[in-house]
Amino acid sequence: MTMKRRTVLAGLAGTTAAAALGMPALAGKGKVKAGYIYVGPVGDGGWSYQHDQGRKAVEAAYGDKVETSYVESVPEGADAERVMTQMALSGHDIIFATSFGYMDAVQNVAKKFPNVKFEHATGYKRAPNVATYSSRFYEGRAVIGTIAGMVTRSNKIGYIASYPIPEVIRGINSAFIHARKKNPDVEFKIVWVFTWFDPSKEADAAKALIEQGCDVIMQHTDSTAPMAIAEKAGITAFGQASDMRAFGPNAQATAIIDNWAPYYVDRVGKVLGGTWKSEDTWGGIASGMVAFAPFNENLPAEVKAAARKMIDDIKSGAYHPFTGPLNKQDGTPWLKPGEVADDGTLLGMNFYVEGIEGTIPS
Amino acid sequence: MVTLEKRPEPSEPWRWLAPLLAVALTLVAGGVMFALLGKDPVAAIRMIFWDPLFNETFAAYARPQLLVKAAPLILIALGLSFGFRANIWNIGAEGQYIMGALAAAGVALALYPLDAWWLFPLMIVAGALGGFLWAMIPAFLRTRFGTNEILVSLMLVYVAEAFQAAMALGPMRNPEGHGFPGSRNLQDYPAAHNAELVAGTGMHWGVVTAFLAVVIGYIALNRHLFGFQVRLTGQAPRAARFAGVDADRLVVICLGISGALAGLAGMFEISGPSGQVSIDFNIGYGFTAIIVAFLGRLHPIGILLAGLLMALSYIGGELAQFGLGVPAAAIKALQGMLLFFLLGVDVFTNYRLRWKPGRAG
Repeated sequence: MTMKRRTVLAGLAGTTAAAALGMPALAGKGKVKAGYIYVGPVGDGGWSYQHDQGRKAVEAAYGDKVETSYVESVPEGADAERVMTQMALSGHDIIFATSFGYMDAVQNVAKKFPNVKFEHATGYKRAPNVATYSSRFYEGRAVIGTIAGMVTRSNKIGYIASYPIPEVIRGINSAFIHARKKNPDVEFKIVWVFTWFDPSKEADAAKALIEQGCDVIMQHTDSTAPMAIAEKAGITAFGQASDMRAFGPNAQATAIIDNWAPYYVDRVGKVLGGTWKSEDTWGGIASGMVAFAPFNENLPAEVKAAARKMIDDIKSGAYHPFTGPLNKQDGTPWLKPGEVADDGTLLGMNFYVEGIEGTIPS
Repeated sequence: MVTLEKRPEPSEPWRWLAPLLAVALTLVAGGVMFALLGKDPVAAIRMIFWDPLFNETFAAYARPQLLVKAAPLILIALGLSFGFRANIWNIGAEGQYIMGALAAAGVALALYPLDAWWLFPLMIVAGALGGFLWAMIPAFLRTRFGTNEILVSLMLVYVAEAFQAAMALGPMRNPEGHGFPGSRNLQDYPAAHNAELVAGTGMHWGVVTAFLAVVIGYIALNRHLFGFQVRLTGQAPRAARFAGVDADRLVVICLGISGALAGLAGMFEISGPSGQVSIDFNIGYGFTAIIVAFLGRLHPIGILLAGLLMALSYIGGELAQFGLGVPAAAIKALQGMLLFFLLGVDVFTNYRLRWKPGRAG
């Protein structure tokens, strides 16, 4: 009881002091409490693990001025809504919801807690206290597509795809375009596994692709299983979301790393400084949100050089992975020579580019 | 020497004591686990089992949420309990839950944006029917071809999941969803929305139905011929046959009831707390309900309490995760311990310890 009283009085004193000094009421906070909800376990070695690395970077950056917490394996829907509500009730200032499926839950909770800030990964619904953020992973796919096109001997590249959503289709297109640029004989074999994280399904898909003659495998799923299979089969693969070298020391050419740390440090810093605003961020290689694991030493020098050039060109803005001339799968023109795809088309991408075989399941 | 000796009759006191003892043992073993993880065991246990109910910051929100979380578990577990008593093992309630939800959402989305009072009742019928029909597949295969309903019902969960993904990506996809998977949110569709009956209480039609089902289940089990047949078949299948119980009919009825109730649970979930057909709408209620059914001793009142206890462990577990940094896996382990100790302690319902003078040395 006395404790609480004291907190109230201290709070009042603080407000008075702030008013006396003429500071704006909405100025920065002395201490920020940041909460994270993850769709998978922090030990998934992929998507949720990388978000948690970002959370740790926030702690490292601000020390005592920040307190972070997280809840892992939160199902999308009612459970996410409940967890975020409890976080808001317990005094969190900013809550990061790190899965697309949390979108409507974020909106519902944000309406109830206008003073709490929300950040929703990969979604498109914003509000005055809801910001959205995502990464241009297709930039990373352009780099690994380049490598894949150069290292394949069988000219067959396997692709383990999760769900037929724009994010995944964009990745397939970007990887294919750049593999073809280096090797016009390349073909893609795409397996849809309809899961983000299921080691046994992913392993089965990897085995099936290898049996069909693929000697390079890419994955848009989160487990390390395909990497382990590739290592055993002696072929090349690419880590997804985080560095998976431990599971494929010879197989992993590189990995596309989701580096959320710079974004999280920036956003929590803005809450501390009182300058947080709702906005939409779609960062890529240039902002550090898409990063790469070190190239494997077993890659030929010219492959490494080509990959590095691709990274540099995207980073400097000299090159956009979706630059014309590009046709859609059915042969209809999409981008004229030199024309660059706009973000709106990319965000809603629901078609393959010319040359990819098969249809997008629906 | 200590030996186990079968009791002539199951012990009535132990029947009630076993769950309480199991909970107590879980608290102790859970506390040890938290201590080993470097967390304050008392604080962790208090946060999981006490704070959602009585902490002034959380209780007002968490108490109603307890009902929301427990309702589908109770509804499904209750349906399963009849079959389990009669040795009819529906392991695929998760699939029936999905099909019920899809049937109900399908009706609502097909009629979008209808504003009619009869839409919601129609969805309830569709939900029950969806789960019922999905459960009829293992029922038919067992009664006609003698297949094992455990395997068939379980495999049909994966079929239902694939069907759900296809629906979320295809016919039921939100046309205004920017190409992302997932249907319209039924929470924004007033005629189809299973809203709270009184704001802030958590009470929605699913909670009401779960309570009603407990009452009806109690009467059916104890006061009705059906309950007698179920119990008799479980305890003495041969005697049941001589008493005129039609075994095939019982399979159909038990699978039908559990399927329909699982379908109803899915219907109330998708039209209310969840709101959306998505690629992973189902989150394991159908499997967790199996634990709830056994934790509740396959008894309606027991299932009611077990469902609430399970819900409490989920909600409190989340508090302990962000409040104390307890990993989610530890919460799952705690829930597992609960069933483990219950089954362990349950031995004493049917057996007793006897000291026998053994040979020295």
